[in-house]
Amino acid sequence: MWSRFISRRVLQLIPVLLGVSFIVFLTMHLTPGDPVEHMLGQAGRVSQQQVDELRSYYGLDRSFAVQYWVFLSHAASGDFGISYSHQGRPVASIIRERSPATIELTLFAFLLALVLAIPAGVIASLRPQGAFDRIATVSALIGISLPGFWLGIVLMILFGLRLHWLPISGRIALGMAPETITGLAAVDALLTGNAPAFWSALRHLTLPGLVLAAPMAAMVMRMLRSSMIGVLEQDYVQFARAKGLPETMVVGKHALRNALIPTINIVALQTGLLLSGNMIIETVFRYPGLGKLAVDAIGAADYPLVQAVVLIYAGSYVLLNLGADILHAVLDPTVRPT
Amino acid sequence: MTQTLLDDQLIGTTAATAPGLLRLLARNRAALVAAAVIAAFLLMAAVAPMLASHDPNQQRSESIRVPPVWQAGGSPRFPLGTDALGRDLLSRIVYGARVSITLGVIVVLLTMIVGTGLGLLAGYFGGWFDAFVSRIVDVLLAFPFLIFALAIMAATGPSLTALVLALAFKGWVDFYRVVRGDVLAARGAAYVTAARGLGASTAHIIFREILPNVVPPIIVVATLRMATIIIAEASLSFLGIGVPPSIPAWGTMVSDGRADIATAWWIATLPGLAILLLVLSVNLFGEGLRDALDPRMSL
Repeated sequence: MWSRFISRRVLQLIPVLLGVSFIVFLTMHLTPGDPVEHMLGQAGRVSQQQVDELRSYYGLDRSFAVQYWVFLSHAASGDFGISYSHQGRPVASIIRERSPATIELTLFAFLLALVLAIPAGVIASLRPQGAFDRIATVSALIGISLPGFWLGIVLMILFGLRLHWLPISGRIALGMAPETITGLAAVDALLTGNAPAFWSALRHLTLPGLVLAAPMAAMVMRMLRSSMIGVLEQDYVQFARAKGLPETMVVGKHALRNALIPTINIVALQTGLLLSGNMIIETVFRYPGLGKLAVDAIGAADYPLVQAVVLIYAGSYVLLNLGADILHAVLDPTVRPT
Repeated sequence: MTQTLLDDQLIGTTAATAPGLLRLLARNRAALVAAAVIAAFLLMAAVAPMLASHDPNQQRSESIRVPPVWQAGGSPRFPLGTDALGRDLLSRIVYGARVSITLGVIVVLLTMIVGTGLGLLAGYFGGWFDAFVSRIVDVLLAFPFLIFALAIMAATGPSLTALVLALAFKGWVDFYRVVRGDVLAARGAAYVTAARGLGASTAHIIFREILPNVVPPIIVVATLRMATIIIAEASLSFLGIGVPPSIPAWGTMVSDGRADIATAWWIATLPGLAILLLVLSVNLFGEGLRDALDPRMSL
């Protein structure tokens, strides 16, 4: 039953990813600038023969359909071709190198958003229109109205340049990088028992993580608050209260569990938005992850790299939604597969 | 709770009319203040040349990085100070409102027309057309919007047309989904069956019977989309691939100030305040509208 439900959902992803890959490939190829000319731009004078050789080396002399097919079949086996802008390194290896930083930042922002949003949403729902609720609601509205790049700069000025509390760029202090195990600096530092490195990694994550988490925290808090308010009026919650259960039990177990169900979709949607937020935030904080890589690659007309990053973003986005649907089915018996 | 009940009763009776809507909105003080702020921004954009004391692009090598007037070294000639090229910040912020608002309105109108049109057709006719458009929507939803916009802008170079297309690329989906859902529900409603029974044409049913009923949610989505578009445009301009650099835009101005945050904080922060104020007001107003027009969608 579950395996059919999940495999059907996984199969539905294939046309979506094919569509995404086609649109990306098409856009990249409508670009007027020739990547070879771009590459040779700084190299000075080169002969037509050299240009032709480079074009055939990168397969740019073949037809659109052939290039797309080559791209797709290679991508399916994890080969995204060779980057134009990173001294001819394979795209896959650049991405492997940069992914852990982005995964770490995204995970950190994700946890931060939930840690802020869930208690705030629950407390706000207990006394709607109370003082806490008003403060939380106004903060949430500001949270979704703040341009991330600007909030990043303001926090950099305040906490980095004025108060000197937190670093304003990079992943970890110079020379402090822990031994690589997972690639996530803070996790590796914990695993190797390297407290100073852990502290440094955490401090570097704080500002970009906070900026990235702000809109998600706001949206999740609002959704949870309104769904908690609805749930707290339900009969079974009243009944749990009437049974004499302590209020923490009523709210924490009976109400929260049910209020979380509609919240899961917002969490998935917002986690997807964390991915695009990455590009801005990593650029602002000069954080060496995939988002900054993508922005730089676009500037350098590095098609293979851009294509690969977009596909990875789209793929993770789609998988996130799949995960949310499955979790939804697990928690909510009414949408369970039969 | 009583508030909601009251609102529901009002929806049934008066909200459908403009005066009823105004009355509902008038009870929402925050939305009223927001409307006033939006009106001020609109006015500012309209009369920018009269309001700005300087040419927003005029560079002055003799007065670069002049602080705002309330800081030591500030000058009443440049109330909000100047940037690294000696351009007057206040004039640039005033002109920047034109860019944000004009682009926001164009993109929202464009996506509204496309999304509503497709939503009406897909919802009413269903079948292969609905299936086809819904698949496209699935693909678009899987796209991180920003990276796609980045790719388009990088491919075409900064131009306003490309920017509008990049911003509109995915935005119609929200209108499509809301309209399609409502039309699906309306298709079997008594008033549609009645119109059909009276021999009304399909076009008449879609545009004269169903469309007026989906206008309230469309207005709400349009307002809230406006806020998103303003931030998206500013983000692209911040990354240097939005509005062409010759036009003063808020996102570009924040980016211009990045190099100087240690010495001249005002260059990057003040234009961002304008974005925040406008977006916050649009969101507040949009949510006020939503509570008044379409309480089902309220959070």
